[in-house]
Amino acid sequence: MSTQHATPRETTEGTVYTVTGGDWDEVAETAARSDDERIIVNMGPQHPSTHGVLRLILEIDGETVTEARCGIGYLHTGIEKNLEYRTWTQGTTFVTRMDYLTPFFNETAYCLAVEKLLGIEDQIPDRATIIRVLLMELNRLSSHLVCIATGGMELGATTIMIYGFRDRELILDIYELITGLRMNHAYIRPGGLAQDLPPGAVDQIREFVKKMKKNLPEYDKLATGNPIFKARMQDVGYLDLACCMALGATGPILRSAGLPHDLRKAQPYCGYETYDFDVPTADTCDSYGRFLIRLEEMRQSLRIVEQCLDRLQPGPVMVDDKKIAWPAQLALGPDGLGNSLDHIKKIMGTSMEALIHHFKLVTEGFRVPPGQAYAAVESPKGELGVHVVSDGGTRPFRVHFRDPSFTNLQTMAAMCEGGQVADVIVAVASIDPVMGGVDR
Amino acid sequence: MSAANGNGGPNPEKDLSASNLPGQRGDGGEEIRVQRGMFGADKSGDTSGYGGLVRSIRLPGPATRPYGGWFDEVADELEGALEEQGLVPENVIDRTVVDRGEITFHIEREFLPTVARTLRDDPALRFELCTGVSGVHYPGDKGRELHAVYHLRSITHNRLIRLEVSAPDADPHIPSLVAVYPTNDWHERETYDFYGIVFDGHPALTRIMMPDDWQGFPQRKDYPLGGIPVEYKGAQIPAPDQRRSYS
Repeated sequence: MSTQHATPRETTEGTVYTVTGGDWDEVAETAARSDDERIIVNMGPQHPSTHGVLRLILEIDGETVTEARCGIGYLHTGIEKNLEYRTWTQGTTFVTRMDYLTPFFNETAYCLAVEKLLGIEDQIPDRATIIRVLLMELNRLSSHLVCIATGGMELGATTIMIYGFRDRELILDIYELITGLRMNHAYIRPGGLAQDLPPGAVDQIREFVKKMKKNLPEYDKLATGNPIFKARMQDVGYLDLACCMALGATGPILRSAGLPHDLRKAQPYCGYETYDFDVPTADTCDSYGRFLIRLEEMRQSLRIVEQCLDRLQPGPVMVDDKKIAWPAQLALGPDGLGNSLDHIKKIMGTSMEALIHHFKLVTEGFRVPPGQAYAAVESPKGELGVHVVSDGGTRPFRVHFRDPSFTNLQTMAAMCEGGQVADVIVAVASIDPVMGGVDR
Repeated sequence: MSAANGNGGPNPEKDLSASNLPGQRGDGGEEIRVQRGMFGADKSGDTSGYGGLVRSIRLPGPATRPYGGWFDEVADELEGALEEQGLVPENVIDRTVVDRGEITFHIEREFLPTVARTLRDDPALRFELCTGVSGVHYPGDKGRELHAVYHLRSITHNRLIRLEVSAPDADPHIPSLVAVYPTNDWHERETYDFYGIVFDGHPALTRIMMPDDWQGFPQRKDYPLGGIPVEYKGAQIPAPDQRRSYS
C-alpha cells in the first residue's frame, strides 16, 4: 500500500521519494521517522502551481524553506538560433512565440531594433506606431489579467481566475479580429504592420473599453480588500529596492519597491511621451503591492488605449521604402488571408519588374547594414531588451532577447528563502514568469 | 540603407564598387569576415557571374572625439575614474564606437570587473542596472572570435551604454561580473551554455538551458541548426540551415 504512491528509492544522496499526489501523509510519516526534518522537494517541472514548466528545488525544514533554487530550460526551443536562419521579416514569426503572453511586445521590441539598424525609425508611419501602442497596451491588460487570474487560482480563489480569463477572452477576440490569430500574431513587421486594422475594429475596441471599465472594479471588490487574500499576499515575497537593483528586477517588482522606473517614461519609444498616463508604485515591496500595481496599470492602459483610438487617422501602415516594405497587399479571400487579387493580377499580368521585386523581397529579404543595436520596451513584466547584430546580410547575425521573466525569476530565491512553503507559490505568482520567455 | 542612398544623384565611380552594394558601409570599420560570391550558392558553377565577388564585411569602426551629446561626458568620467585608480585608459578601453545613437566601449577583458565596478559606483556614472550578457560568435574575426556584450543602464542619469569584451576561441575566458552585478548570474550561465565562454569567478558556472550532459555549444556559428528535408507537393525542401543563404 505504501509503495503504491510514494515509492522510496535509495540513492547516494539519501532516500528519494517519487510523489504523484495524494500521498503527503505517507511522505511526512516516513520523513518523520528519519533523524531530521530536512527534506528536499522537487516541485515541478509539471506542477499546476508553478506557472508552466518551472522546476523549483526546495530544501525544507519542517514548513520553512531554507534554500530555494530554480531549474529552467524545459521549454528551451532555440528560437535565437533559429532566427539566424530566417530573413529579418520572418523573425517576427519566431519572436512572437517567446513570451507567448506578451506577443506584441516581443514583436515591437524586435522591430524597433531592426528599424534602428536600418536607420528608418523616423519613417515609420504614425498610424503604424499608434496601432503598435494600442496593441501593446491591450496586451498589457491581457498579460496582467492572466497574472492575476492564475495567481488567484494558485491561492485557491477560482472566481478571480474565471473573471480574469473572461476579460482576457474579450481582448483575444480583438486580437483575432485584427491579426487573425489569438496568439503568435507576427502582425508587427520591420517597417510597420502586416496590414491595416479591419473594419469594425475601432468600434469593437471602444465597446471593450466601456465593458472593461465596468469589470475592473470587480477585481477590487473581490480581492483588494479581501482579508484572506491580503493575509496570503501581504509581506510575502519581500524584495526591497537594493535587492531589485542588484538582481536586475524590473517591472512591477521594481515599482513595488517604490521606484517609479518605467521605460515608457524614462526612455520613450513609439511616441509614449505624448500619451497621458501615470506610473503606479507601491512601497510595500511585497506580492500585495505588485498586485495593486498591476491592477492600476490596467486602468492606465485603458486610458492609453482610448487616447490611441482618438488619434487614429487614415494613412499607410508600412514605410514607403519599397526595398523594405513587404510587397504583399493582404486581403481576405475565400480560402483565408492571402495576397490580394489586385496585387496578383499586377505582378502576374502586367509588370514583370514587380514580380521580380516581389519574389526577391519574399525569398531573399532585405539587407540590413552591418552593426549592432539595442532596443528596449517596457513589457508587463519589465524591461524587454533586444540586442541585434547584422553582418550586412538578409538574415540576422545574432538576436538576443533580454527577457524580463528570465531575469526576474532569479529573485525567487531571495523572496522565498526563510519563508513558508505555501508562500513560495504566492511569491512565484507575483514574479509572473512565463517560461516561454524565460527559456526561449 | 535609405539614408546612405538618399543623398545626391548617382555617382558612377562609387556605384560600381562592391562596397556600394546594399548593406555595405565602405572601407572604414572593423573587418569581421571576407565574403565571396553573392547568392550563397557554392556547390554549382558560377552561373550568375557574381561568384568572383570579394567583399569584406565590416562593423562600424572606432569613433573620434567629440562623440556627441552625453557620450563625451560618460567617456571623460570613465577615463578620469580609471586614471584615479592608476590605470591608463588607453590600455583599458580598446576603442570606442558610436553608431546609431549608441555608444560602445570595447574593454580589454582583464579590466572588465574594474570598469564595471567603476561604472556602477562612480556618482557621475552610476550605471546601476545591468541587463545581462549577450554572446556573439564571429568565426572570421581571428583572435577575437567570442564577444560578450553588456548593456548597462543608469536610472539616475537615464543613460544606456554598451560594453563589449572579446576572447579568442583558443582561450575562451572572460572575468565574471556576478560580484558587481549579481543579476548576471543566470545571464553568464546562459552565455556559457550557448557559446562556451568561461566566466572566471562565477560562483556556479553550469549549463542552464541545455541538459547538463549536452556536448558542444549550440549558438556558435559552426554548430549546425539541424533539421530534416521535408517533402512538399512533390518537391524536397531542404532543412533551414541547408537552404540558400544570401548573407
